[in-house]
Parts: sequence; C-alpha cells; structure tokens
Amino acid sequence: MSLKDIKKEFPIFNNKIQNNDLVYLDSANSSQKPQVVVDRIYDFYTKEFSNVGRSIHYLAVAATNLYENTRTLVQKYINAKDKNEIVFTKGATEAINLVANTFGQKYLKEGDEVLLTELEHHSNYVPWHYLRKSKGVKIKFAEMDENGDVTLETIEKNISDKTKIIAITHLSNVTGAILPVKEITKLAHSKNIPVLIDGCQGAPHLKLDMQDLDCDFYAISCHKMYGPTGLGILYAKKKWLEELPPYQGGGGMIREVKKEGITFGELPNKYEAGTMATAQVIAFGESIKFINKIGIENIEKHERELTVYGEEVLRKNNSVKLIGNPKDKGSVLSFTLDGVHPHDIATILDEDGVAIRAGHHCCQILHEKLGLSATARASLGVYNTKEDLDQLNESLNKCKKIFS
Amino acid sequence: MDLKELYQEIILDHGKNPRNLGKFENFNKDAEGYNPLCGDKVHVYLKLNENKEIEDISFEGHGCAISMASASIMTELMKDKKNPEVKEILNDFLDMIKQSPELKSQLIKEDEKTKLMSLSGVKQYPMRVKCATIAWHALASAMDYKKDENDSEKFI
Repeated sequence: MSLKDIKKEFPIFNNKIQNNDLVYLDSANSSQKPQVVVDRIYDFYTKEFSNVGRSIHYLAVAATNLYENTRTLVQKYINAKDKNEIVFTKGATEAINLVANTFGQKYLKEGDEVLLTELEHHSNYVPWHYLRKSKGVKIKFAEMDENGDVTLETIEKNISDKTKIIAITHLSNVTGAILPVKEITKLAHSKNIPVLIDGCQGAPHLKLDMQDLDCDFYAISCHKMYGPTGLGILYAKKKWLEELPPYQGGGGMIREVKKEGITFGELPNKYEAGTMATAQVIAFGESIKFINKIGIENIEKHERELTVYGEEVLRKNNSVKLIGNPKDKGSVLSFTLDGVHPHDIATILDEDGVAIRAGHHCCQILHEKLGLSATARASLGVYNTKEDLDQLNESLNKCKKIFS
Repeated sequence: MDLKELYQEIILDHGKNPRNLGKFENFNKDAEGYNPLCGDKVHVYLKLNENKEIEDISFEGHGCAISMASASIMTELMKDKKNPEVKEILNDFLDMIKQSPELKSQLIKEDEKTKLMSLSGVKQYPMRVKCATIAWHALASAMDYKKDENDSEKFI
C-alpha cells in the first residue's frame, strides 16, 4: 500500500469538519481509523456476532477463532515468544494497573522502590501511587534533562538495592524522546530488576520485537494504533503471567468454583475476566493488517521525515519555541507560542480545521519541571503530510496576528 | 463559530494586561480555582470587612486569555460590592455564560454589562466555558458560598 494516497483509506478525511479540510495533528492522543477497521466492527455485529470462549454453537466458535486470530496477529507483530503472553485489556491504562496491582500485591513491601521517569504519562504514575498508600512503597523519578531526554546513566544513578521494578515510557508523548529501552532493560536485568515499558507512543510508530527488547511487560493502546477505543494490550513474559495473582475476578478466568474455594484458569484467560471487548479485538486485527500492509518501517520513516520537516518549519517561525530536543525523537512536536496561551492556540487553530492538543497532556510532573502549566502539541500519524505542517504554521501566524 | 466574537478587544486587552493581578497584603479570605483539564489556576484574594463588603480584591494565576480576562473583569467589577449583591451578580454571570442570552441583574451597570457580555462568546465553545468561570468559582469559595442542592449551577 502506498503512503501517497493513504488519507483515502481514512473516511474521516472524506468529510469537511466545520467547513474545513481536517488537518489532524492529534494522533498521540488517538489516531483516526481506516475504513477496514470501521467495516470490521460493522460486519462483526451484523453478520458474525456472538460472545467468545463460552458457547459451542457455530457463531460462538467462529467468533472465538476470530478473537484468538487477533491474539496471534499481535504476537507476531511484536514478536512475542508465545501467544499466551498477549493479554487483552480495556486500555494501556488497565494494562499498567494490572501489573502495578498484581506485582505490587505479591512482591512489594514497605520501603521498596519503584523507579519511573519524569516523562511519564499519569497512567504510568498513578497506578504505582496506590502502592505508596497500601504498601508504603517509595516512588522515584529519573530526571529529564534539558533536551527532554532521560538517559541510561540517569536511570542507573537512580537504581538502588531497594529498586524492585522500573516502569518507563518508550516514547515521551510531550518531548518525543525515545528512551534507550533495550539498554535500560539490559541494565535492569543485570540487577535482577524487571522492566515495564509504557508503549502507548512506541507501538504505533516503532518496530517492536519483544524477544529482542527482552522487557518483562509492555503496555499498548490500540486506539492509538488505528484501532478501536476500549482496547489495550499487556504483553508480559509468560513466567510473570504464571507467577502473578489474577487481577479481576469473574466469569471466564476460573477453572473450578466451589463454595470452599476457587481455582483459576489457564493463560491467557486468567487475566481476561468477564466479556471482553470482542468486536474491538476482532477489528484490531484489521489495524495490524493495515499497518503490516504499509510496513511499520515505512510508517516510521515517513513520520521521521515529517517530524524533521515540522521542526524546520516551526524553528523558522520566530515566535514558536519547540519543547524538547532529544537525541532520538518520535513524531511529537510540542511547542509554545510567544504571548498566546496553548488553549487559545488550540481554539484558533481549530477554526482552520487544525486539530492539536493543548494542556499538560497528562504529564503534570514533566510540565512542572519545564515550568509551564501547559504546552501545545502537534502529533503525527501515517496520514499526515508536509502540507498539514505548513497549514499548522500558517494558522499559528494567524494566532500571532490576533494577539499582536 | 466566530473567533472575533470569542477574542473581542476587551478580552485581548484584559488578557494581556490583567487588572488587580498579584497578591496584596492584608487579605483575609482567599480561594483557588483549578481546571484539571488544562492545569490552569486562578487564586482569588479578598479583603472582606465585617459587613461582608469586598474592600479589596485581586488574583494570581496563569491561564489562557479567556480565564485571565474573566478574572480581571471580575475583580474590577466586584470591588466595593458586598453580600448579597456579590452573590446575585455571580449567579447572573454564571447563568449568562451557560445559558441565558443576557444579564438580568439590575445591580450591574451598562458599561459593566458590556464587559461581562464580551465573555459570552465562550457559549459557542463548550470546552472553554470553564476558562471563563474559573475565577468566579474561586470567588464563590472565598465568599463561602455553597452550591444549591437543587441546582448545582447556582450558589446560595
């Protein structure tokens, strides 16, 4: 599939948004959906719907197969060793909560340390925060440097003999920094510390190989990967999923239930209690196929070129200040504009059909460090073009004019 | 939608040069308004005398042009006002921002009405209503007003 006409695959771009062509620069928040994904949801509900993993009628068996097919597609996509290392959750947030909760319950005690970074999204801080109260666990934050990076050395400096788990982002949703996650994992493992990677921004943009990366846990948000909302993935090494206690209790995750006690089901059912987001899982299979058709390497190359172009355009604009200049940068352009608050920027840009995000992007720790209460952020996806970034710049000039 | 209606001259002026900005000494009441969506903060300081009259008022904070302008206009308007006038004007403003096409209170002078109505553009931008009301909610807490149980949009 060629990248040239890729916008055509996304129906949202066929319609005007408030009389404008949509310039969608909010993919780090959530990506748009290709027609194949939308169609798959419709088809499943209209022709194939049944619950999975329970009944033995025709539709139930077929739906179960479709559901499990996505698990295999995900396994191959991230090169996990075993398909049972893929757990479906309601989002990346739930994936991280699952690990914080079960790992915390079993392995953490008072005085133990969880090492995060100052780059973390709230979803990779708040779940660990609960362990402060319940267990007296200490949370440490590896510092972000002036480029918006967190280096291997900084991680190393923050590891102590109390560090029990390291939970870090793969790619910062504000500074765009791509962390040296493989090296960090190697370092952590040399000290017997497991590593969780928040891959919300990594998975949609970078080629993943779990066996090479060797991390213990990797959280994925499907709606940022051209997939449906309400779905996330937890990759976890099999030994962890076997060792850790179940997370939520309910139907589907048990083996035998008696008045005196309960035994739990095998993987992956152990972590998939209740009726799962069946249609979303099945449709997400189409998202993976869509990405595979283009090739994640091609997507990455396209987005990296656009990021460089976007930085060039914005650097030329004297009133714009780019936030973060990391060594290795993903397709995120955070910035401020002299004399105009990010919320005002977002409203004015919206008038031209340019959709960006303004605020703290769920990273208040990071913004406190920057000394800013808010930033504006343009983030890219496969469908973006240089013209989109030119329009961004033009609309920023309009902001300047209004506030001059 | 019309940007000119949202970013009127009065708003741009108050947004850029907010009046009554900065904490003053001798305040005896204060409260903070916070918008968790964007992290904007407005802290309102009052000097209330025994008759519950606002002898002095100021604010500190950071935020968008709308929230700064709204705080600035509010502090200008509320100086020397006393309870229950403050409450009446506050409720009238919040009602106008959320639904009413006009300000109804007789306590607000025509020129003051013009200033307050300049904020009415946010009605077309539902995500920005909170920006226009953040300072007013802080004022309500500083005045110890409580939300009406039957109408959460109204202070009693």
